[in-house]
Amino acid sequence: MTLSVVEEIFKMIQTEQNIDKRLHSILEQVSDPEIPVLSIMEMGVVRSAIIKNDVVKVQITPTYSGCPAMDVIGDDIKKALKEAGYNSEIELILAPAWTTDWITPKGRKALEDYGIAAPLNAEADKDVLLNGKRMVKCTNCGSQNTRLVSQFGSTACKAQFQCGDCQEPFDYFKCLK
Amino acid sequence: MKNENLYKYILGIADNSLILGQRLGALTGHGPSLETDIACTNISLDLFGQVRSYYQYAAKIKGDDSTEDDIAFLRREREYLNVLLVEQPNTDFAYTIGRQFLFDVYHLLFLTELQKSHDVTLSAIAIKSIKEVSYHQRFSSDWIKRLGDGTEESRIKMQDAINGLWTYTDELFHQTDADKAVVEEKIGVDVTTLKDKYYDTVNAILTEATLDVPESKWFQKGGKKGIHTEHMGYLLSDLQYMQRTYPNMEW
Repeated sequence: MTLSVVEEIFKMIQTEQNIDKRLHSILEQVSDPEIPVLSIMEMGVVRSAIIKNDVVKVQITPTYSGCPAMDVIGDDIKKALKEAGYNSEIELILAPAWTTDWITPKGRKALEDYGIAAPLNAEADKDVLLNGKRMVKCTNCGSQNTRLVSQFGSTACKAQFQCGDCQEPFDYFKCLK
Repeated sequence: MKNENLYKYILGIADNSLILGQRLGALTGHGPSLETDIACTNISLDLFGQVRSYYQYAAKIKGDDSTEDDIAFLRREREYLNVLLVEQPNTDFAYTIGRQFLFDVYHLLFLTELQKSHDVTLSAIAIKSIKEVSYHQRFSSDWIKRLGDGTEESRIKMQDAINGLWTYTDELFHQTDADKAVVEEKIGVDVTTLKDKYYDTVNAILTEATLDVPESKWFQKGGKKGIHTEHMGYLLSDLQYMQRTYPNMEW
């Protein structure tokens, strides 16, 4: 286990997720509608899920304020829980604010496999643009000879990059801390 | 209404983002390039997301049957409390970026203070939004520098935009009666304290962009009291069209 993985796990423990063990596998089946390879659990948007008087109370938090996927995610959670025999109530909470640190190591790998470079640190895309640093790896060929094409991409959470070697354009998941 | 000052205060904050978001949203498919088009509409989406949080909270405070949509779509022009800066039209890209930049610098300073609000909902919205808005400011500042320190033509257009918009900057730091009341309760931000830092930041970036800082001391005001420029009516007729034409329509 590398140090960064240890750090990731440590951060996850710190963020006080409160998920009932019985619900874990059900919620894991719900995926992010805009990034279908990623479950909402790996994404870190489910903050708590508890069973109270036979009703599941789920708290979710948006990645970005305007994320249009939140309504769909809420509906999908309700549907998945209903199929497992639970009635549920969904609450959208803003605090503590979501950060890309909450994406799990498994989630980061799923992103990369899907063709979206996982977030590095808050200054990464700025360094790329202003200081010519090459740190974002191409998801197609692994080259670090990549450049920022656009600070904003196909969804609120992504920026556009292009590889200088294989020429593949790809998304970079913006770091949000 | 239990707390009319707080209600008006929230509208003052949210209306800025709603109206600027509407302006940016109008660029969908009309940006000067694909990347800038996507950027402007992404910023619009962030602002609308923030607006929803504010209006949902405002609807709760209002305490009648009003929803966030009623507040967004069904007020009359004089009831919108946004500053004049954000309602200025999309004339050219320099103007759009100038307007964005002059608002972003303010917005970031404002949210930094609002995080400390004793109102937990406003504080949570601020903590959430500030991450998005710092990205907006980075984008608009980069473009100010790129256009200001670009070609002869881009410099002229950027300077014209800043000169034209400068008159709307002072209003950002005017306090309304509702402001004063909520500042007293440690809920609101005393905007007068942000002014020096605002002009320091703005002037430094303009200078870096080789642009001249305007010297005019004559400023426009009125938006915070609901008295808007002639552009506002046209904007609202677009914004409200669907709800006015098909009352209570839903997706």
